[in-house]
Amino acid sequence: MIAENIKILNKQGLHARPAATFVQTAKKFQSKITVYNVTKRNGPVDAKNILGILSLGVMLGDDITLNFEGIDAEQALKAMCDLIKSNFGESD
Amino acid sequence: MNMQTLVGIPASSGIAIGQAYCFLNTEIQVHRYIITDPLSETNRLLLALARAREQLVQIREQAKAQVGEDEAAIFEAQILFLEDSILLDTTTNDIASSYINTEAAWSDTIDALAKKFDVMTDELFRARAADIRDVGKRVLRELLGQNNNSLDLIKPSIIVACDLAPSDTVRLDKKLVLAFCTAEGGPTSHTAILAKAMGLPAVVGLGSALLDIKTGDPLTVDGERGQVIVHPDESTCKALSKRKKEIDQQIKVDMRMSESPAQTVDGHRVEVVANVGSLDDAVSTLDNGGEGIGLLRTEFLYLDSQNAPTEENQLEIYQAMLDAMGNRPVVVRTLDAGGDKNLPFLELSHEANPFLGWRAIRICLDKPDLFKTQLRALLRASPGHNLRIMFPMIATLDELRRAKTFISEARNEVLATGQAVAEEIQIGIMVEIPSVVVLAEHFAREVDFFSIGTNDLTQYTFAAERTNDKVAHLGDACHPAILRQIGRVIQVGHDAGIWVGVCGELAGDPDAIPILLGLGLDEFSIAPPSIPKVKAIIRRLSMTDSRTLAIDALNLESADDVRQLVHTGVPRVSNHDSTHKITS
Repeated sequence: MIAENIKILNKQGLHARPAATFVQTAKKFQSKITVYNVTKRNGPVDAKNILGILSLGVMLGDDITLNFEGIDAEQALKAMCDLIKSNFGESD
Repeated sequence: MNMQTLVGIPASSGIAIGQAYCFLNTEIQVHRYIITDPLSETNRLLLALARAREQLVQIREQAKAQVGEDEAAIFEAQILFLEDSILLDTTTNDIASSYINTEAAWSDTIDALAKKFDVMTDELFRARAADIRDVGKRVLRELLGQNNNSLDLIKPSIIVACDLAPSDTVRLDKKLVLAFCTAEGGPTSHTAILAKAMGLPAVVGLGSALLDIKTGDPLTVDGERGQVIVHPDESTCKALSKRKKEIDQQIKVDMRMSESPAQTVDGHRVEVVANVGSLDDAVSTLDNGGEGIGLLRTEFLYLDSQNAPTEENQLEIYQAMLDAMGNRPVVVRTLDAGGDKNLPFLELSHEANPFLGWRAIRICLDKPDLFKTQLRALLRASPGHNLRIMFPMIATLDELRRAKTFISEARNEVLATGQAVAEEIQIGIMVEIPSVVVLAEHFAREVDFFSIGTNDLTQYTFAAERTNDKVAHLGDACHPAILRQIGRVIQVGHDAGIWVGVCGELAGDPDAIPILLGLGLDEFSIAPPSIPKVKAIIRRLSMTDSRTLAIDALNLESADDVRQLVHTGVPRVSNHDSTHKITS
């Protein structure tokens, strides 16, 4: 199992479109991926589960922990972190 | 099937023949009962989920093609909700352990989940509760074999509904609508205004018999006579399509003349401009020969978003509008929320009388950030254009003065950043509350124009809510009680040297046009598709005759009397002596 701590810096947080993109990206991998909202102490929840992700209430500035377990854990970690660091493609 | 004729209130002219599409925004009744076979109940759920998903995929693709990726993302999220294992697992566990039917288990799951979101601190997340309930309803309707409750048209249809709110129609595929008919609502309801803007026929206030119509039933809609015919026979269809052809022909004739000014036979010229609520409407204004925009409703900028639009967002849209209109006048009404126009991000609480409550300028004066963001965006868009700013729902001089102070502050803020603002920007008010009519002399000294909002002025004068069909008979603005107020406002305005317009539905009412003209109205602001017709009507009138007609109309007693006078040229003989005649 591998884990990564990361700060959410896009304006909308994990809400609406970013949450949908987040879940779609997670679904591309076989690994079990969980998310924990460190700032709000919510979770952990399944990253492939949009209602779970939304229930974390992840907003701009929140820290989250991602856990990856499975054969493609490394690739999944890279893809998810790239997505978050790109601010989900938001322009501002 | 027997032919059946329903009569309602004509709300937008034109004729349509086509199939019904029922939009029933009613609550769904969920019955709860014990089941014996959890497996078959679970299978029903899986089937309903699959069908709901199929619908959403189709809608998402439509949205992508027609409105854009951002709108499509809403449906993308809803599809993910359906695929979510939490919903499926909770519901199937509930079915298996409690032996209750799928509908009950599913609505319990949705309720419990939506409630979790209801209490979240951030409003963006709270708003997801509505999405969850939306998805929940779609699946429930599949389970119950009911029509879905969304306006997802697949082919050209006549919309049949109880009533329509802006939030119902915001994602409507307007290319597929033939006409509107509603059981409730009056001539100034959202449905009527939308239909006029789209140039489509509409009949409102048809009563509950309308709701027996099923999706797919053949219908005809006659927006002139206010008639809807269900299962029309062949001769009815023939007669109506003949009239439709004649109307279309007349529209073509008026359209060819649409660029010519609205000048009476004796040389009196007035301005004919448009009421618009989107960039499409602005384009349509020019196509129809509009001389400018008399009312830009800015609510559409705020309607479909969970956040107030940013200054930059607004600037971009105002700029596009003003650029499209060149140097023609554009009257922008500042945010008119509340009343029947709820905006998600404002979180308006429930009020007993929303039309008498916290709305329009009252909200803006209480929320300086919201108001000044809009004003700054407008001012920044103004250089090189003929922008005019108008405040809605002004009741007192104090409100007007405070609103004007906000404009000065916004102007200074823009100038301080080194950006330009147009030198001359007219500032005016909507005249829609009787207190302003009474004190019009005071207001006239402090504004550059009056624009009379006859829809609200009528509702406030007769104390009759315009969305309530039970009092719709009190909603006819062609009443002497309204016409006298209009006459007074025009008189006072002209004495003070300012122009006066009407931007309510009355300005496009063929019966009212000669009277408004005769009262001296300077500007008629109407739905873009009505411009060629209204210009054609004015070109056939004489100012001298219209003045006489207007004076006669002011002395009548009821709206029916006024309409009869216009139709026959002869005032109805009254049993009462009119001792207080208006003679000039």
